[in-house]
Amino acid sequence: MPRLPAPLTLPQDRPEPRALRRRRRRETATAWAFVSPAVVVILGLSVLPVIWSLLLSFQADDLVTPSRWVGLDNYHALRQDPNFHQAVRNTVLYTVLYVPLSIAIGLALALALNRRIRFVGLYRTLFFIPFVISATAQGVLFSFILDPEFGAANSLLHRLGISPQGFLTDPSQALGVLVAITLWSGTGLCTVIYLAALQDVDHSLVEAARLDGAGRPQILRHVTLPALTPVTVFLLLWQTIQSLQVFDLVYVTTKGGPLGSTTVIVYFIWEQAFKEFTAGYGAAAAYVLALALLVVAVVLRVARRERAPRTKAAAS
Amino acid sequence: MTATTTGTAQVHSRPAAAPAARRRPRMPFSAWHLLLAPLAALFAVPLVWLVLSSLMSNAEINRFPPALWPSGIDFGGYGYVLGNAMFPRWLLNSAIVSAVAVTSNLVFGVLGGYAFARMRFAGSRVLLVLMLATMAVPFQLTMIPTFLVMKKLGLIDTLGALIVPALVTPFAVFLLRQFFLSLPRELEEAAWIDGCSRLRVIFSIVLPLARPALATVAVLTFLTTWNDLTWPLIAINHDTQYTLQLGLTTFQGQHHTKWSAVMAGNVLTVLPVLTAFLFAQKAFIRSVTSSGLKG
Repeated sequence: MPRLPAPLTLPQDRPEPRALRRRRRRETATAWAFVSPAVVVILGLSVLPVIWSLLLSFQADDLVTPSRWVGLDNYHALRQDPNFHQAVRNTVLYTVLYVPLSIAIGLALALALNRRIRFVGLYRTLFFIPFVISATAQGVLFSFILDPEFGAANSLLHRLGISPQGFLTDPSQALGVLVAITLWSGTGLCTVIYLAALQDVDHSLVEAARLDGAGRPQILRHVTLPALTPVTVFLLLWQTIQSLQVFDLVYVTTKGGPLGSTTVIVYFIWEQAFKEFTAGYGAAAAYVLALALLVVAVVLRVARRERAPRTKAAAS
Repeated sequence: MTATTTGTAQVHSRPAAAPAARRRPRMPFSAWHLLLAPLAALFAVPLVWLVLSSLMSNAEINRFPPALWPSGIDFGGYGYVLGNAMFPRWLLNSAIVSAVAVTSNLVFGVLGGYAFARMRFAGSRVLLVLMLATMAVPFQLTMIPTFLVMKKLGLIDTLGALIVPALVTPFAVFLLRQFFLSLPRELEEAAWIDGCSRLRVIFSIVLPLARPALATVAVLTFLTTWNDLTWPLIAINHDTQYTLQLGLTTFQGQHHTKWSAVMAGNVLTVLPVLTAFLFAQKAFIRSVTSSGLKG
């Protein structure tokens, strides 16, 4: 490559860069001082553990004595462990039930609330309140309400002439009951987010559709729902991630029982690592879960990107 | 609410009058209430029942079939929980952990977020990408090594083990960075040219404008630390170091026949969050929707 002659003005600029460089160095020092607490905590308790976990998953470790390298044995064992299979099945079933229901009910409630009637604020508050209550408090409350002997639910059923139910103590009902409890506490989030998004839907589009003779269902189908697609994709991702990671509610209500019918993946990980003290095995299970979460996130990212042009076309 | 609260009374009265005028023409009764009211009641019933059962006597609660409405108000459950058990201690522990977590997330979140938004420094790109990546890491992946780190630091079984991992989250740094980026640079440049230090600029110019973002960070940090059970369950063994959530579930396990006391403890556990929610409802709802809509 031919080199350009050096510009003659260069010597004049000399004094500038030194002051600038000093200033920039000071700026860098200040910036590093500002970010260092965040960097220390995040590197030390996030990046380092991710690598450590990976190493642990190739080891046999009981959290006390030095660990032993076992290669892929933990992963092979997971593939053959019927308890892990059951945990995966339970988690998937829980997710498949909870995510679509919470989003559908949340959307329905938001559409019902998105009109000029009285008490909208009160309704919104009532639907949302359970969301701020901890899973522990929910679990303790519902263990009581659904207690087969002393609970209010069976008392109510008794008055209606229906035979008492086992609820959380019945292996065929427990997982469904957990889904119902989470719907009670988690639907309000979807409602509130949809409600905020509905306020952003372009009114002129709705007006135009109405002038073109579209009825309410057609406006919903062709204008409102396409405009809400990005929010729906976000909620799909968020709710799926949350439900694949469900733990607290299970720990408080059923401890994975009865007969393993509510053992979910995170409960399995916790049990392996902190009850059975097979931390390497637990870490391997955690890596399987993390991989599943990553797949969900990537699939939805791609879906969103492919959906985007279509919603733009609908808007134009 | 935006940060424009510096107005005089005159300025204040105008936006207050507008919604009142809009509300004035009474809306006719809508058929939608017939659907919405029972649904809203369904959402409220478990919470009403929580409060009612905490006020029942133990004899009443253990009758068969159980009473659905208390015959009289009985504070026995609250007396038991506050007197015999360790609830006050757990309440204090939870308050300490949450208060420290909220404060430090605000301080370190503002400093880190500001540096990433406004300052050019070596390594900022790499750090930012790394930080964004850690936001996607599920807690289950890090909890076993975090336990080992805390053990090495000698913090297991102390509140320190609960506080240190919560000191600053990538979420707080990132959210504040995004907010600072949305502020016009010119606001700071004048002070900057006058020779104010970075800290001075942050405190006197940036922070007063950042109230909504600060509220979001505070609300979400408080909710997650106060409500967490998984990490305290792993890091704490001794009951003097329990948080409320961990204490409540253990208490339920040990006293499952004393339902009125368990429910009284449950009320104490949710009361701080509920009170905060009712007082700052707008901030709560804005926090969750803003993270949702921009996500």
